[in-house]
Amino acid sequence: MSQPVLSVSGLAKDYGNGQGCFDIDFELYAGEVLCIVGESGSGKSTLLSTLAGRLRADSGSVRFCDRDGRQHELTALAEAERRRLARSEWGFVTQHARDGLRMGVSAGANVSERLMALGQRHYGQLRETAAQWLEKVEISRERLDDRPSAFSGGMQQRLQIARNLVTQPRLVFMDEPTGGLDVSVQARFLDLLRRLVHDSGIAVIMVTHDLGVARLLAQRTLVMQRGRVVEAGLTDQILDDPQHPYSQLLVSSILQA
Amino acid sequence: MNLLIDARQLSKTFVLHQQGGLALPVLSDVSLQVAAGECVALTGPSGAGKSTLLKALYANYLVASGSIRIRHQQQWVDMATAQAHEIAAVRRHTMGYVSQFLRVIPRVSALDIVAEPLLEWGYSAQEAQQQAGAWLARLNIGERLWSLPPATFSGGEQQRVNIARGMIAPRPILLLDEPTASLDAANRAVVISLMREARQRGAALVGIFHDEDTRDAVASRIFQVPLAHAGHA
Repeated sequence: MSQPVLSVSGLAKDYGNGQGCFDIDFELYAGEVLCIVGESGSGKSTLLSTLAGRLRADSGSVRFCDRDGRQHELTALAEAERRRLARSEWGFVTQHARDGLRMGVSAGANVSERLMALGQRHYGQLRETAAQWLEKVEISRERLDDRPSAFSGGMQQRLQIARNLVTQPRLVFMDEPTGGLDVSVQARFLDLLRRLVHDSGIAVIMVTHDLGVARLLAQRTLVMQRGRVVEAGLTDQILDDPQHPYSQLLVSSILQA
Repeated sequence: MNLLIDARQLSKTFVLHQQGGLALPVLSDVSLQVAAGECVALTGPSGAGKSTLLKALYANYLVASGSIRIRHQQQWVDMATAQAHEIAAVRRHTMGYVSQFLRVIPRVSALDIVAEPLLEWGYSAQEAQQQAGAWLARLNIGERLWSLPPATFSGGEQQRVNIARGMIAPRPILLLDEPTASLDAANRAVVISLMREARQRGAALVGIFHDEDTRDAVASRIFQVPLAHAGHA
């Protein structure tokens, strides 16, 4: 297999008082979905933001391999270069759509923004690409000119996916993307995500507190507690044969439907 | 002899941290070799570790010690130490696992659930769906059900969808956890012939078969899982 998309070693973000994330090591390959699970305050969102360069790491290394095989050390990247990579090579889907979307402009403009940032200017083409992406995430192309504020929560999350995947990134970060959705809306979102990941071969790192989401989407899981990874492995192994006391507690706390 | 599974000195103890660290030894020093074309039936009393051994071979359970070497595309991969993406590749191309229980994926039709492993093998969507239909038909799942997600199917129907999904890709190794439990006689006979056909094409099978008739019909060898002795971690 080729080299990993992301190689993380010894990564730490220290807020003091034991808050943050520490001693993080893992590698992620193209096509892999990795879930980070753990209770609130376990450092999973901090880890995600540090990986994505939204927070500055205090120590350690995050190496990203771009589509041309070039390595980038994300912890030492200049801001302009980080922004360029963030637009073209990766995406970030937030829990609250209003943090990830521009609520004041149309759905079409939301999807086109990253393409324009990469230099595409042809209005008709941008519009057609945006319409196609709306359809891929099961939103009618008739809604192209509507603002996301007129969309339901599930549609907003799907619009975020379209906005991020339109530039065909190598890696997408997701922070509790199903957190605010009803269960029925969640199922549709997860199925869609599963299909898009399968078809595009992107790598995904997703923070979730829902082990069912991890089971459905992720081949691999990291379990975090108090800022540290206490168990890492195949998702089905962690859910069926958890080793660490905290993983066992987490798995035994799932409500069986 | 063309060896496909070479597991040596496997030990497994469950440690229940929520029960004060209670340790339950399940496997100690278990070794099992399986060659192409064999079907090994695991036997032993309930709780002897048949299911644990099967899950350990698949790397669904972690062993405390020992090696699980699997012949994967002309190389040996040790499932006890391999990285996650290597285990995923072994599962995709070499070793399938058939259980009684289908994990339903919301909104995905029975036909697509069965076709998925072939898509991962690089078949075209049309070819994969065609074969999936043939498997469902052979397992007596009526065509009117193919386009429906199996969440609403009966237990037996779900089990048969799962068998089709687990066996459709001609993987060289198949692990079978009571594949015929709760099937009626007609469907049990279908599954027995599917397992025999897998052996004939050279697959290595390891299974737990709840009834002796099924075992006698498919197994070439019995492997009695030895009882774990306490004090062995």
